[in-house]
Amino acid sequence: MFIEIQQINKIYTDKDNRANTVLQDINLEIPKGQFVSILGPSGCGKSTLLAMIAGLTSASSGDIIVDEKKVMKPGKDRGMVFQEAALFPWMNVTENVVFPLRKEMNKKQAAERARHFLQMVQLSNYADHYPHELSGGMQQRVSIARSLAMDPAVLLMDEPFGALDEQTRSRLHGQLEKIWIDTQKTIVFVTHSISESIKLSDRIVVMGTRPGTVIADTTVDIPRPREEHKQQVAALEEHIMGLLKTEIDKVINEELAYEARR
Amino acid sequence: MKPAVKRLLFYSGLILFWGLGSHFELWHETILPSPFSVWDSLVAGFSDMTLVYDLVASFRRLFIGLVVSILIGTALGILLARSITADETIGSMVLALQSVPSIIWLPLAMMWFGLGEGAIIFVVILGGTFVMTLNVRTGIKNVNPLYIKAARTMGSNGIDLFWKVIIPASVPYLVTGARLAWAFAWRALMAGELLSAGPGLGYTLRYASDFGNMALVIGVMIIIGVVGAVVDQMIFQRIEKNVLKRWGLET
Ligand SMILES: Nc1ncnc2c1ncn2[C@@H]1O[C@H](COP(=O)(O)OP(=O)(O)O)[C@@H](O)[C@H]1O
Ligand SMILES: [Mg+2]
Repeated sequence: MFIEIQQINKIYTDKDNRANTVLQDINLEIPKGQFVSILGPSGCGKSTLLAMIAGLTSASSGDIIVDEKKVMKPGKDRGMVFQEAALFPWMNVTENVVFPLRKEMNKKQAAERARHFLQMVQLSNYADHYPHELSGGMQQRVSIARSLAMDPAVLLMDEPFGALDEQTRSRLHGQLEKIWIDTQKTIVFVTHSISESIKLSDRIVVMGTRPGTVIADTTVDIPRPREEHKQQVAALEEHIMGLLKTEIDKVINEELAYEARR
Repeated sequence: MKPAVKRLLFYSGLILFWGLGSHFELWHETILPSPFSVWDSLVAGFSDMTLVYDLVASFRRLFIGLVVSILIGTALGILLARSITADETIGSMVLALQSVPSIIWLPLAMMWFGLGEGAIIFVVILGGTFVMTLNVRTGIKNVNPLYIKAARTMGSNGIDLFWKVIIPASVPYLVTGARLAWAFAWRALMAGELLSAGPGLGYTLRYASDFGNMALVIGVMIIIGVVGAVVDQMIFQRIEKNVLKRWGLET
């Protein structure tokens, strides 16, 4: 399997030295080229899991294997897009996209490549702009172009559209779907939006919280574009809502109990 | 009304009041000379070149002192940000040194370097170094962790990560540090010059005072104030504003 997540556990100790199990016994296999969403309520450990695949965070136990290599540290084979665009403000758009390419090709090649990927996210006219001159949606597209430019085998996306308004988000969904079809990248997409996950992915891994575990693994068998199959989308949405309801109740109850204790 | 117009009116009014007060002898000429005497003393000072030499001498010391203090401050700031042990030891000393005016070093500096340039430049360097150090340290420590994570996923680490991401990300703090270093260095320079041999603005100020030339005293004070304000607002605040805007720290 292309990505293998084997028996992952993650335990943080808080300041009172109490163990907080964030992820428990996570096992997943993701084939090459799949668009998989990881869906779950806030705090269930989605970002932590994604950061582990990226090599930014280590697991307390278990292994992650990408393309037959054990993940030990970050690498250019795994591109990451964060909720905030994380563009470097002192560089213009082209320089940002060139950043991961600097060392492996000359300036001209890198600029050429940057132009290609900026075209893919329809931002070639903004090559000389600085991040602060762009809207949130445009910044996020630059950061997608920047990740794609280093030609990673996997694109990891942590709620990349979570901070955008509804209209922008919906436009970017269309663009991302097209990019995925054109480039055939494996995409692991973290979200807490059920409709977003159904709209975009081949497969939805539903996570529960405290501790974070996989509670369901659903294949999305709806032809694309999914806008044209509203009934099937609605049915799946209801199904997943049912799965998550108990989880969300759990979060709310815990929070109420916490408030009561104070 | 534009701020520049308001300012113009304010200063005109101030000078008018000063002139009228002198004219009607609300105060004696030896206590506060009239604007005309001050103007005359400035014209005389510039036409016989003494004030020009003073300015050149003062700026030379300031420039050398400021450049050295920014270099040392940056190096020391990087050290404090990267080494916890250095931060816990040298860091506490830097904080202590920053809390005293650097002019208190002058007597010692005169013993070490004599009464000339060396002692004053030493005091200027001490004036600028520590505030630069503290700003560089804070800047490096406050780099948005997101930039570091993003850079690491793009294959950057170690020295490359430090020079290509962490240092540029702390530029707003470096600029603020340089502006404050200039302000402290400028004050230290004037104090140092007042207490040592010429030429220099501070030296001429004391010399004029010793000879009871109050018009020149006020003239030199005005030069010192104008230089301070112009450098701060025309150069440093402008750079700082541009940097903050580009770094997305200000709208
Ligand atoms: N560095 C950390 N130290 C301690 N606890 C952490 C750390 N990072 C995340 N956590 C905890 O792990 C849990 C899951 O966090 P996260 O992966 O960000 O969840 P999600 O992305 O699903 O909202 C949260 O309860 C959070 O408080
Ligand atoms: Mg998260």
